[in-house]
Amino acid sequence: MTLGNAVATAMFGGVTLYALFAGADFGAGFWDLFAGDAERGAPTRELIEESIGPVWEANHVWLIFVLVTLWTGFPSAFAPIMSTLYVPLTFAAVGIILRGSAFAFRKASRTVSQRRAFGAAFASSSVITPYFLGSVVGGVASGRVPAGTRTGNVLTSWWNPTSVLGGVMAVVVCAFLAAVYLAADADRRGRAALVESFRRRAFGAGIAGGVVSAAGVIVLHGDAPDLFHGLTHRGAPLIVVSAVAGAAALALLGRRRFQVARYLAALAVVAVLAGWATGQYPWMLEHQLTISDAAAPHATLVAGLVALGAGSLLLVPALAWLLVLVQRGDLAADH
Amino acid sequence: MTGVVGTVQPDLFYARQQMALSLGFHIVIACLGMAFPFIVVLAEWRGARTGDPVYTALARRWAKAMGVLFAVGAVSGTILSFEFGILWPRWMGRFGAVMGLPFAIEGFAFFLEAIFIGIYLYGWDRVSARAHQRVGIAIGIAGVASAFFVVAANGWMNEPTGFHVVSGKVVDVKPWAALFNSALWPEATHMILGAFIVAGCLVATPHAWALLRGRGTRYHRAGLALSLTVAMIAAPVQIVAGDWAARHVAAKQPTKLAAIEGVTHTEKGAPLHIGGIYVDGEVKGAIRIPDLLSLLAYDDPHATVRGLDAVASADRPPVNVVRTAFQVMVAIGFGLVALGAWLALAWRRRRALPVSRWFLRAAIAAGPAAVLALECGWVVTEVGRQPWIVYQVMRTRDAVSDASGLRYGYFLLLVVYTLLAGATFTVLRRLARTPLPEVGE
Repeated sequence: MTLGNAVATAMFGGVTLYALFAGADFGAGFWDLFAGDAERGAPTRELIEESIGPVWEANHVWLIFVLVTLWTGFPSAFAPIMSTLYVPLTFAAVGIILRGSAFAFRKASRTVSQRRAFGAAFASSSVITPYFLGSVVGGVASGRVPAGTRTGNVLTSWWNPTSVLGGVMAVVVCAFLAAVYLAADADRRGRAALVESFRRRAFGAGIAGGVVSAAGVIVLHGDAPDLFHGLTHRGAPLIVVSAVAGAAALALLGRRRFQVARYLAALAVVAVLAGWATGQYPWMLEHQLTISDAAAPHATLVAGLVALGAGSLLLVPALAWLLVLVQRGDLAADH
Repeated sequence: MTGVVGTVQPDLFYARQQMALSLGFHIVIACLGMAFPFIVVLAEWRGARTGDPVYTALARRWAKAMGVLFAVGAVSGTILSFEFGILWPRWMGRFGAVMGLPFAIEGFAFFLEAIFIGIYLYGWDRVSARAHQRVGIAIGIAGVASAFFVVAANGWMNEPTGFHVVSGKVVDVKPWAALFNSALWPEATHMILGAFIVAGCLVATPHAWALLRGRGTRYHRAGLALSLTVAMIAAPVQIVAGDWAARHVAAKQPTKLAAIEGVTHTEKGAPLHIGGIYVDGEVKGAIRIPDLLSLLAYDDPHATVRGLDAVASADRPPVNVVRTAFQVMVAIGFGLVALGAWLALAWRRRRALPVSRWFLRAAIAAGPAAVLALECGWVVTEVGRQPWIVYQVMRTRDAVSDASGLRYGYFLLLVVYTLLAGATFTVLRRLARTPLPEVGE
């Protein structure tokens, strides 16, 4: 494996973990948005707050990891992606600001009106952010970002069928993951009513995911033939794995096997992302810039991998500790 | 040497304003992220050691504020990494491989901060008291490390190294040399000390306010004494660190020094001007001390100080902005040292805070003043480097994106940051006003 491929793999790992962890946090915001009025939605929102409170900041950092790896390892891809897609990225940035701060503000607020206002900001930005990040992926994957210093079309690069598909898909996937995780969380905490409602929501989101995927086949066939080819050839086994894992997750939810369902839901997401990556390989920017062309000089890639290795020695045990504490139910808000 | 010079971006001004807004906001929150955890743990540790519930109550209340601020810092910091690419893609595209490494390492430090803050905020009484305090310290250490690496990248912009440009191409890239550029140590030291001053003073402000308003409880006295002491210990050290940073600028970026001091023509035995304004190539209305600038910058009253005229007029930063910012920063710095001396004297005499209401007023002002000094210092570094984004290598105008409509992004973020600042203030004020649990007066 070349060094460029190694760094690209690490970056893809970051994308995947961001989708699995932060994606579920965004999805929790999605369900927060549709939880109903202050009284009826209170138990749902309480569960969401407890579930994502201790972890959302750490989960969010995967995005930073992806960005810094992209600009350090592949600066000639980072520059055109960010400048051409600046509109959706700005909206995503605003969504990120509102989501994180409003969540923290709601937690620190006691009055109903404040909690409602911050909650609305948190929940709506939890939908906006993945949509625009998904549309960015769509713009890149459909080859709408030109390499070089000239900016591409700042409108059609993200307002096009593949980007809309990417955005909708991101929102649905986040909602699906969150519903499955939250059903498992509610089960662990012994809140039967919430288990049922999140089980229903997971079914809804899972079926929506299937429908969007089916529609996506038609969209990609017409709008992004290269991506379509990649997904239906080299990426095909992974797409099949994703579909099977998604269906199996729903089946296990039906049998109330929440813990296993969680892993299968995650597998479905990992597989679809890997399908995209495999389908697009070796291009960083479709037909213009390969991973090896975009890669930084040797010394930078080595330094980046050294930093990654050394950083992981600190990061992995710390992150494992956090996740173990969360899973054991050892963390709770200080009231 | 600057590579492709693109078409003129009509929104360059707005791109710079957006960057200034985002950084100017984040730098304050980042300072709190670095130093606040140490202050909180100090209170927690005292509470645990002495059994005094006042300190435990302070630690718990401060931790809530820290949680809110950390969230705001996490998101406002993320926006910066978006903006590097959105606004300055040519800079990132050309030099990302050279100066990306400190950001990559900083990412890990930030990761650890985020993990430990989760455990700290949600782990009261759930992990052992000692582990909890250690986690709190770890947040602070990771925060300081974050700042160190971010400043490494900024130091590189001021003193770029670790690469060569051969016929327009960046070659011979040495990322570790770029990271450990010579500006790193004085800049990082100055920044980290500044963080402790800003955080200490900002935490002190609401407690001083409560005391001035007659809520003279031991809770507020202890809160004020503890937080202000942290800042006041850092303040005199900062004078020394600031002197180091200024000498370093004198040696490595003489044009920046010339702008800081308003020196137009290269001269021997340059005087120091305190106050005043720079008009038509001269500092007017200032207190003038002969030879002092040469002495301060180069340890020799007759040393030559390079003037602005050593470089073409297109290569000079805006003098009054840089100079005024520097003067304000230095004035506040000495003011804070004076406040610290007042505190230290009273403490020595009576083991208590000064009784004067003027002390409380000064302590209230210290928070906003420290923030102002921080912003001014940052203006000196960043505006003083202009017109370069990478000193003498790439101009800011050549780094900017050529995308149309950048100004609308700025307008949007202006609204968002205004709301964010307002909401942060409101939430923190409400938190401060929430009645305390019984803490035994």
